[in-house]
Amino acid sequence: MLWEVDVLARDPATDHAARGVVAGLRELGVSDCTAARTAAGWLIEGPLSRGEVERIAVELLVDPITETFQILCLTGGPDGQQGTPSPDPHLPVVLHVLPKPGVTDPAAQSAMTAMGLLGLLPTAVRSVRKYWLPATVVADAEKLAWKLLASEAIHDVVVGGLPLRSLQGGRPWTFAQDAVPLDGLDDAALARLSRERCLALTAAELSAVRDHFLSIGRPPFEIELETIAQTWSEHCCHKTLGSPIDHEGPDGPVRYDNLLKETVFAATRKVRETLGPGDWCVSVFRDNSGVVRFDGDHDICIKVETHNHPSAIEPYGGAATGLGGVIRDVLGTGLGAKPIANLDVFCVGDPDTPAASLPPGVIPPRRLLAGVVAGVRDYGNRMGIPTIAGAVAFHPGYSCNPLVFCGTVGIMPRNSANGVVHKGDLVVVAGGRTGRDGIHGATFSSIELTSDSETQSGGSVQIGHAIHEQMLVEFILEASRQRLFHAITDCGAGGLSSAVGEMGVELGATVDLDSVPLKYDGLSATEVWISEAQERMVLAVAPSDWEKLARIAADEGVEATVIGTFSGSGRIELRWQQRVVGDIECHFLHDGRPRQRLVSRSVPVPQEPLSWSAEASDLSAILLAVLAAPDVASKEWIIRQYDHEVQGCSVVKPLLGPGEGPADATVIRGVLGRDRGIALGVGLRHRIGPHDPWQMAAGGIVEAVANVIATGADPDRIALLDNFCWGDTRRPESLGTLVEACRACHDVAVALSAPFVSGKDSLNNVFAWHDADGQARELSIPPTLLATAMGQVDDVRKVVTPDLKRVGSRLVVIGVSRDDLAGSQLEGLGIVRGGKVPAVDAAGCRSTFLAVARLLRSGDILACHDVSDGGLLAAIAEMAIGGGLGATIDLTGAPAILDATHGPHRDLAVAFGESPCRFVCEVSAAAVERIAGLLGDIPWGWIGDVTAAPLLAVRGRDGAASAQIPVERLRAAWRGQTPTH
Amino acid sequence: MLSPRALILRAPGTNCDHETAYALERAGAISRRVHVRALAQKPALADDSQILCIPGGFSYGDDIASGRIFSLELKTRLADLLARFRDRGGVVLGICNGFQVLMQTGLLVADGNGQPRASLAHNTSGQFTDRWVQLRAAPGRCVLLQGLDAPFDLPVAHGEGRFVSRSPADFESLAAAGQLVLRYAPHACNPNGSEGDVAGVCDTTGRVLGLMPHPERFLDATQHPAWNSHLDAAASGVGLTIFANAVKAVG
Repeated sequence: MLWEVDVLARDPATDHAARGVVAGLRELGVSDCTAARTAAGWLIEGPLSRGEVERIAVELLVDPITETFQILCLTGGPDGQQGTPSPDPHLPVVLHVLPKPGVTDPAAQSAMTAMGLLGLLPTAVRSVRKYWLPATVVADAEKLAWKLLASEAIHDVVVGGLPLRSLQGGRPWTFAQDAVPLDGLDDAALARLSRERCLALTAAELSAVRDHFLSIGRPPFEIELETIAQTWSEHCCHKTLGSPIDHEGPDGPVRYDNLLKETVFAATRKVRETLGPGDWCVSVFRDNSGVVRFDGDHDICIKVETHNHPSAIEPYGGAATGLGGVIRDVLGTGLGAKPIANLDVFCVGDPDTPAASLPPGVIPPRRLLAGVVAGVRDYGNRMGIPTIAGAVAFHPGYSCNPLVFCGTVGIMPRNSANGVVHKGDLVVVAGGRTGRDGIHGATFSSIELTSDSETQSGGSVQIGHAIHEQMLVEFILEASRQRLFHAITDCGAGGLSSAVGEMGVELGATVDLDSVPLKYDGLSATEVWISEAQERMVLAVAPSDWEKLARIAADEGVEATVIGTFSGSGRIELRWQQRVVGDIECHFLHDGRPRQRLVSRSVPVPQEPLSWSAEASDLSAILLAVLAAPDVASKEWIIRQYDHEVQGCSVVKPLLGPGEGPADATVIRGVLGRDRGIALGVGLRHRIGPHDPWQMAAGGIVEAVANVIATGADPDRIALLDNFCWGDTRRPESLGTLVEACRACHDVAVALSAPFVSGKDSLNNVFAWHDADGQARELSIPPTLLATAMGQVDDVRKVVTPDLKRVGSRLVVIGVSRDDLAGSQLEGLGIVRGGKVPAVDAAGCRSTFLAVARLLRSGDILACHDVSDGGLLAAIAEMAIGGGLGATIDLTGAPAILDATHGPHRDLAVAFGESPCRFVCEVSAAAVERIAGLLGDIPWGWIGDVTAAPLLAVRGRDGAASAQIPVERLRAAWRGQTPTH
Repeated sequence: MLSPRALILRAPGTNCDHETAYALERAGAISRRVHVRALAQKPALADDSQILCIPGGFSYGDDIASGRIFSLELKTRLADLLARFRDRGGVVLGICNGFQVLMQTGLLVADGNGQPRASLAHNTSGQFTDRWVQLRAAPGRCVLLQGLDAPFDLPVAHGEGRFVSRSPADFESLAAAGQLVLRYAPHACNPNGSEGDVAGVCDTTGRVLGLMPHPERFLDATQHPAWNSHLDAAASGVGLTIFANAVKAVG
């Protein structure tokens, strides 16, 4: 029997989903739908009577006070029923949205467990969302559903009654071993084969595979070819960044044997050498995250990942599993770390981009952003990990290729950063079951998106189950505490093939694929091996510890299964029902990829002279526009959806002060009850990327570091992470921009004595389509480096926040303001064109950071804010908003070097320029005399006073009052509300 | 005097158990985290505890509805455990998801037939919200809120915290019985549209309290979003009072 229970809000006014549908339809231009109803439906299959289903409804599914329900029988017979009764005669059109068969359905799994508690045992349960709409939309109902309610990657949409009679599907896979003959294929044929099989391998790489298998005298099996494709994917092995490159740089030719090693890694090596015995790096660029020393008995680790391509197709699932994946990276570091904070950064197209102007298949930025935020919210909140830091950046270049960065910080006891697999250890997979989800994720993320991606690549989008991961965390941390495994890694891109391959890189492994627990029948051996089903970890367990480990897993309700042995053979042997179905040498798998020497060239972008628009006069109007600009404006609507306080450790929250202004970095305690803290800051200078990739990268790093410095972090304990997101890197000119960014990373990290500890790259963020005229078009993202800084604070009770604190204190600006307005918010608003990009003097930044740290340690500083997007005046406005106090500002007090501006534009350049490495500090009146001594020869100047009147009064060069703006108006602009006078 | 023992009851998806255990330790109790599965197998695990706390989180993902499956598990596998715990002098505290669980077990606001007279529904915003709110307590006989006579701040972080009664008469009778012990005040602080601004409810004995705000997130001044501007960094937060009251009530 297949039953359906529909649960509806008793009071239609509380049907939030219905409200959302009506609002969404209005946005799509459907104005004649003024009402809708929705229901949470449950499809329940099994030998259950109507009475039993009613009991399930009453005791489990329905709140007696706020909800009602109806029961339908979909299988016919005496209980059968035709059609779906509508709760409202004015809403006759019924629409169903349900997960495709095989897509993870967490709610249904929970419901099935709960039905077991009632002693009722259905054979299958699936959730379904139901919508009732007015007759006027009947013709467009399905189209609207796809636009508004469903994602082609994971959903089915049914208009009218559900045609389902059963939820069962799939039958056991019949063994078949497919050899893929490569012998005799030329480059063109190999490239075609790669494309057809979604392998993302080049012809040169496939030739190496062909030659290897020729040498052992047989063709590769499909499963072997897939294993190689996963292991050699850009996603898994820094294919481009690790390449030998001949680079034509601004200072002449440079030859790299391995770009990443000789730039980013080299910087870390140099910093560590300088630190000598004081080296506080523990495990960098080796494990799933970078590990550094924290306090006497803990290390901390951090990782930031991208999940761009899956999020472009299915924002909610893509972002949620992106976060889930990076949490597992931390959990899978060393002998397991406890995740204690998350961060997220999104880069999307301009929020007001009309849907009609986008290529087919592209999700408009606003809907995409709402989707990724919801994904991070639902996963992060359920995991009980505070999402406390982040940013959102907007640029038309991200319209088709949004960037979704998710990061996690973890903590672990000292001396547990290194796991070592022992010969004879069992290969144990723990957590979720394996299904067909996410097949080809690793190779898919290494291929560019096209208009057809949504339909072609649906299988590579995964859906997460946060509670399974939360249970997995409990299990792993307890097993780690008892030291019941030798090594651990997460099942991410490439699934078991990557996880077992990496862990068995020295020893090799034998894996019985038929012992891997499956969600449903029908997976081939290859699918089991490369599936990217979520919430799985692989552990290396001594046979003597297995029983204890299995008991802990059972106590936590986690499934853990032995699937093989780390054999010591140096080969990955795959078996299916005692038969060997694949056998690859680890040596070939990990070192057999042919490396191709690439050529790159740095081509300076011609600089236009700085020019100002005619409207560039009213300082008040510009300030309000800058505060309301999408990059600068408050992200409160996002922040408040995240639980940023769970675990109880947050000290500097993303919104703070009596006026709830923005923070620079956020700070958490590392351990509950202890005062040592971790500061997290991010830097992203995406608007500079198209002008100058070196300065873009350098500026991002300096911004991230400035953020943590501004809270009082120790300038000698800052760890950096790099996340490169690039468009096409196949042309020498475009590859050149990536090389220049790597060079910037090296130079700035060395100068700041801040080592990179981990990183990741996502290349090929290019979108290809044919426009209405049939012309082939391409859109590439601007070169983007996300820099993340993880600082450490000796005593969280002494941190400094940006909100203004006390009437009568004085404001000092530190650092030089220049008229370097290219890539600024003013440029984004169309107020300036051209000019120089902000230039980073890395050695100067180091001196400034040391001076600011000295200043903050003095205890004389009440507030500190770094100057970034929107410039000096935006920073001061944010300080006033947070503190609910006013300020009088004299722009002439700021140290400035203005080469290209004249007259009143000089004030605007000082007020809104985005020169790097500047800070505004609030100095208590009593300490004013001491500032000069503390700052030494760092350029600084008094710029104003804090006032009780909640008014920002700004005076410029000619001495006249340039602006008088109530703080309430600043706040309204920043919060995106219509300003009130 | 011996320290009282606190049992922190968790289920898959419970995620505020560590800081809640820590809060009770700070207040002088000895805390132990126990999985509901373990307790169902061995209910005697609760025998040596005097405080039972169901902390915040997303038990079973809050699938179906928040706290629904956890409460069903308590009802079907540990029937009456909570009531017996209370009746032998123990104190029961449900925070956020724990409050949602307690509401559905019938321990807080059930009528004579065991039917709930109130429920916690989706916020009127339709969204999960993390923010700090002002609260006003009317402790009456509720042992856990004693001494909290002045308005105070605590954070909320939930998507389903809108208190809604079965009928106006039910609301009045709960109010008259002194069970609506915690309210968002002023009304502008109401983060979820709760009827009567209700933020927390106690049972008729005053020994069981459920509340949406998170007292375990305000043990120290530094947890307040504006501490840096007007609180002494070394001061303790008002949330600690609730846990100290629990310890006092069973001491």
